[in-house]
Formats: sequence, structure tokens, C-alpha cells
Amino acid sequence: MGVRLPALLKDSALTALMAAALGLFIVGFQTRDIGKGLFFDYQFVDLGIAVVTIFFGRLGLHLAAMGLKWPSFALGTVLGAIGASPLRLPSTFLHWFVVIAGVLIILRTIWPWANAALATARHSQRGKAMGQRGAKWFGVILLIAAVLLPLSPFSNQKNMDLAVLILTYVMLGWGLNIVVGLAGLLDLGYVAFYAVGAYSYALLSTQYGLGFWAVLPLAGMFAATFGLLLGFPVLRLRGDYLAIVTMGFGEIIRLVLLNWVDLSNGPAGIGGIPGPTFFGAVFAETAPAGKQTFAQMMNIPFTANQRLVYLYYIILLLALVTNFFTQRIRRLPVGRAWEALREDETACRALGINPTNTKLTAFAVGAMFAGFAGSFFAAKQRFISPESFTFIESAIILSIVVLGGMGSQIGVVLAAVLLIGLPEWFRDLGAYRMIVFGLAMVLIMVFRPRGLIAHREPSVRLHPVRAGP
Amino acid sequence: MAYFTQQLINAVTLGAIYGLIAIGYTMVYGIIGMINFAHGDIFMIGAFISLIGFMICALLGISSAPAAILFVLLLSMVFTAVYGWTIERTAYRPLRGSFKLAPLISAIGVSILLENYVQLAQGARPKPAGSVVQGGYNLFSADGFDVRVTWLQIIIVVVTVVLMAGFSWIIAATPLGRQQRACEQDMKMAALLGVDVDRTISLTFVMGSALAAVAGMLFLMYYGVVDFFIGFLAGIKAFTAAVLGGIGSLPGAMLGGLLIGLIEVFWAGYFSSEYKDVAVFAILVLVLIFRPTGLLGKPEIEKV
Repeated sequence: MGVRLPALLKDSALTALMAAALGLFIVGFQTRDIGKGLFFDYQFVDLGIAVVTIFFGRLGLHLAAMGLKWPSFALGTVLGAIGASPLRLPSTFLHWFVVIAGVLIILRTIWPWANAALATARHSQRGKAMGQRGAKWFGVILLIAAVLLPLSPFSNQKNMDLAVLILTYVMLGWGLNIVVGLAGLLDLGYVAFYAVGAYSYALLSTQYGLGFWAVLPLAGMFAATFGLLLGFPVLRLRGDYLAIVTMGFGEIIRLVLLNWVDLSNGPAGIGGIPGPTFFGAVFAETAPAGKQTFAQMMNIPFTANQRLVYLYYIILLLALVTNFFTQRIRRLPVGRAWEALREDETACRALGINPTNTKLTAFAVGAMFAGFAGSFFAAKQRFISPESFTFIESAIILSIVVLGGMGSQIGVVLAAVLLIGLPEWFRDLGAYRMIVFGLAMVLIMVFRPRGLIAHREPSVRLHPVRAGP
Repeated sequence: MAYFTQQLINAVTLGAIYGLIAIGYTMVYGIIGMINFAHGDIFMIGAFISLIGFMICALLGISSAPAAILFVLLLSMVFTAVYGWTIERTAYRPLRGSFKLAPLISAIGVSILLENYVQLAQGARPKPAGSVVQGGYNLFSADGFDVRVTWLQIIIVVVTVVLMAGFSWIIAATPLGRQQRACEQDMKMAALLGVDVDRTISLTFVMGSALAAVAGMLFLMYYGVVDFFIGFLAGIKAFTAAVLGGIGSLPGAMLGGLLIGLIEVFWAGYFSSEYKDVAVFAILVLVLIFRPTGLLGKPEIEKV
């Protein structure tokens, strides 16, 4: 194979040049605001190192793509070693940047082999059967692990807090998956229904003294009603317009909550929201008059962890209900209609499916689960304000669904663990979290539009698939 | 009356900025039928590059305002255009032929990426910029109220009008414009007739980004402050302007920008400034529901 090295070098240099042009002002001239006026904090060394890394990274990827295993492997190793070495680069970010470049080149080098091995494994009959059984068992194992987690030695406060957070996003992801994954409606205002659920519980509990379990179905109903009201006029719109309009509605609800001080207490938020009770027992050290604490009821000593464990089981239950509901409704006519509508709206019309009504049900059902999650959120936080319901929140939930693979239930779990769990475990990553979200959305769309777990069986087939060729 | 006139002047200035951003939405939508969700953030990048450009001017000792504005204008247009080009090339072009919502999801990803990239590189706090152009001209006084048009407002409107005229001319009378219009009508046929479709789309993004950069510079000069999040709201308002005017139509984008400027300023001036953003969102929703083709748009036939 003729290797045109000059051409490769030229392309890599051009890429590096573009990177330099992109970074020159935004990265190179950092504006600092100390005392009077702004002044520059030049970052040209950082920028230079990043640009050089991009040059060699691009070169390595080219070499790997051309099948030159050893040069690209060597280049990747060198980059990785430089990044991981104690050599003092100006920032930890650059260390990571160089390491990631090296790892990418190595991955690209071994990709053809790995891919071929995977393909043979997948296409063999045994592999196929194992894959299906594996997916089933993986779900079961995950479920058992989730149920047993509070009894395990890992159930300290920090981990339980995180687990509750992850499960909240899993539930939201599953709820949004009904709208985006099954019905194919891109909803950018999902957080609005979450807010409706949260404010329903916050207001009904603090104003009228209703308990969590009484409000939970109400919150779902309110959110679903909102879904119907908002959805009715807009669901006739084309996909991308729908996305923008739902985002508009999400922002309208947030702005109304922010400005309608009489109802929502405005930006100050609502505090003192009671937590959920267990058959009337509260989770606190001492019970208010006329009530008993969970510890008294069970005759066990009080620990602060009991509340968290209880919250954990509630959200686990809610999430599992969402999942179960989705799995079941996919097999009902309405679920089938959602998926058919996602694939081809015109054909559905021709077959006599009313697109608006069908979309409306998906929208309302998705909103209902967001409402449940919202009232759980309010009960867990005990304080809510419009700050928690910004567009970013919708974007995070959407990126969980997109990363997991639209329509894939287990994918949502993995994506939630990856996107919510990892940044919490590695605190340093926190600042880069949203960058990773954005980058992940683009990369997934470019390389794996069906999500990390690309395997998705159609729910129904007209003709059974013949055994392999 | 005086108050009304003053609000009118402010509204036209704001509308000019929205119109410039709206052109980017409308051109991209017209040619490849996607909503470039990241366009508002490209505007934000343009504003940041302008801020840095003005600071460089101060360092270099360029004290004459016209020279500084011209320098920053070119700098910001060129380097923001590089962003537009790169985004199209890496995040949108590979998705042609993917499923319908893929480019929009990718664009949302780009938007999140750009916002947080700027936040990380430049910090989250709003950056104040000194004013470059001061002073103004008192038109008349009535009811003890001076109606005043600042030089800056005149500059904003003049720059906008000149650029819009220039770009309209490019679209209407140059080979590039003809290729763009050909791609807009039928991309496959244009390709068969020898139009380099990829290049045309790239140049459309470059043009849209350059205009957004100008809007960014004018925004910076007008409000004197910029942060990483300005692109979100400005982007939505400009998108509303594009939809209101009829998406895909260039004069529509200008008209829509003007109308959104009027609505926002008069709503804030006469009703409540808290709900001015709600008003804009409500208009977006209402237009999309009742007249999705906008004021000047052509009805769209959905092809199967």
C-alpha cells in the first residue's frame, strides 16, 4: 500500500492549524476580572501543547486507519506515556488530554481486530443465544444488586445519596424514553413536568398538610394533565419544531415559577417540605405530636441512614414501575402505534392511526412519570426552587436517553451510571462533566446513532427472520 | 409620545441584532432543513472574541473608535466563522442521511459543549467591557423627557443594514448565491448539475456564523457585558424571529428580528419586564401552532 506521508502530514498540520485558530482567542487569551477592569492571562503554552497533541493525534489516527499498526501503536504509546508521566505539563487537563489522545490512537489501532472478533462472536449461533441470555441475566443481576445495595457494606451516607440520585435519573430517563425512544418525539421541556410534580407535592404538603403517598398519584395526574394541555396544540408540528416548542414551554413554566411569587415563593423557593412517611411513621430522631418514628415503630435504634434507605427503596420501586409499565405497554396496540409512528408517520395515517391522539398518550404518560419523579425529588430535597428545573436538566436527561440508545431500557441505566455516577465519584471531573455530556451527544450521533447498546430488536416482525446465511 | 419614540428607537436597535442572528438560522434551515441549535452559542463565541479583540486594541494602543471597530469586526467574523465551519464539518456533515432528529440532537450537544468550553476557558462570571462609543444626539424633548439616539445605536443599525444588503446581494447576484439557492430547491439535482453541495453548505455556515459574530460584537457594545450563557436566550429569540418572519426567507428573518425587538421592548416598557421572555416564548409557540410558515414564508410540502 502506498503511503503518502506528505499528504498525511499536511492534513494533520491543517487539523492542528484549525484547532489553533479555534483556541487562539477563547483559550489563549483568558480574561480575568480582578479589581478594576479585565486583563489578560495568556495561556499560549497550554494552547501550544494541545495543538501539538492534536497534530500527532490526527497523524496517529490516520496511520491506524491505513492499517500501519506498529507506527500508530508506537505513537499512541508515546503520547499515553507522556501524558501519564510525571513530566510537568501546565495543567492536569493537558495530562488527561494527551493521555486520551494516546488511548484513542491505540484503540483505533486494535479496532479492526476487536471488531472482527466481536462480529464472529455475534454471528455464531452460540454467541447469539449467549448474547440474548446475557442481556436478560445482566438485567436480573443488576436488579438483585440494586435491591441488596442498602444491606451491603457500601451503604454509607455518601453512596446511598448517590444511588438515590442515579435512580432518580434512571427513572426520568425511562420516562423520557417513552416519549423520545418509543414515540420518537423529541421533548426538550421534559423538566417542566418534573417541576409540576415537585411543586404539586411541595404546595399540597406545606399548604394543606397532605402526605407523600396521597400526593404521588395527584402529582402524576397534574403532570399528565399539563402534558395533555401542552401537547394538544403542538403535537401536530413536525419533529424539530416540536422540540423547540417543548423547550419554549419548559422555559415558560420555569419563568412563571420564578415570577409568580404568590404561588411559588419565586426564586426563594419552598422549604420545609415533609419527607415521605412509612405507614404514618416519620423518619426523624423525635416524632411530632401524635405520630411515631420509624425507629419506635420497628423497635430499633434510630440511625440517620434509615431515611436514605427508605428513599432509596421508594425511588427504586418508582423506577421499576416505570420500566415495567414501558415493557408492558410496548406490547399493547398503543405501544405498537407509538413505535410505528416513530418509523413512518405517513404510513400510520394511511393505516388509520390518529397521529395526534397517539402522540398525546405518549406525551401524557411520559409527563406522568416525570410528575412522580418530581414529587419524589421534592420529598427528598425538602426544598425546591426554580433553579432545579432549568433547560440544562432537560438536556442531561435527554443525553442519558440518547447515550443509552433511544428505546433501550438497560442502556438508560448504564448511561445514568456513567453520566451521573462517574462525575460524582471523581470529583475532579465535575467541571468537565457538561463538556463530556455535549461531546458524548455529538459522538454518539456520529458514530453510534442507536446508542451505546446498539442492539434493539423490533418489538414485532412481519416475517420471522431466517436463520443466518 | 416621547417615551414611545424612545422605546421605538431602542426596539429597532435590539431588533437589528436579533435579525442578524436570525439570518444564520434561516439560511441553514433553508438549505439543509435543520435547526442549528448551536447558532446562539456561535453568537456568544463571537461576542467573546469581540471582547478580547477590543482588549487587544487597547493593548496595541488603537484609540480611534472606527479603526478599533473595523479591526474587531473582521477579527470576530473570521474566527467565529472558523467555529461555524468546524462545527458543520465535524458534527453535522457526517449525519446527512441519518435519522430525522439526529442533526438536532447533535446540535444540542454542540450547544452544551460550546457553553461549557467557554465557561471553563473564560470563567463563569459576566465580563464587563468598557464602552467604545459614547455620546449621542437629542432628537427632541417632550413631557420633560429627552428622546435620545446614541451614536452606538446609529452604528448598530447602519452596520446591520449594510451587512444585510451585502448578504442579500451575495444570495441574489453571485455564483455562490445561485448555488445556495439551487441547493435549497433540490440538493440532488444541484449536485448532478455540478454544484459542490458540501462546499456550498460549508459556506452557508461560514456566512451565518460571520453574521452572528457581528451580532455578538454589537451586543457586546450595546450591553457592555457578556457571559457564557447569553447565547441561549438570544438564540431562542432570534430563532423566534426567523420563524415569525417565515423560516427560510431572508427578508423574513430581518422583519422577524425587528418585530421581536419591538415586542420585547414594548412589553418590558408597558407591561412587565419579568415576563418579557415569556412573551417571546409564547409568540414562538403561537406562530408555530397557527402559522408555521411565518409571515413571509412559503408553505412547505412534506415529501414522502
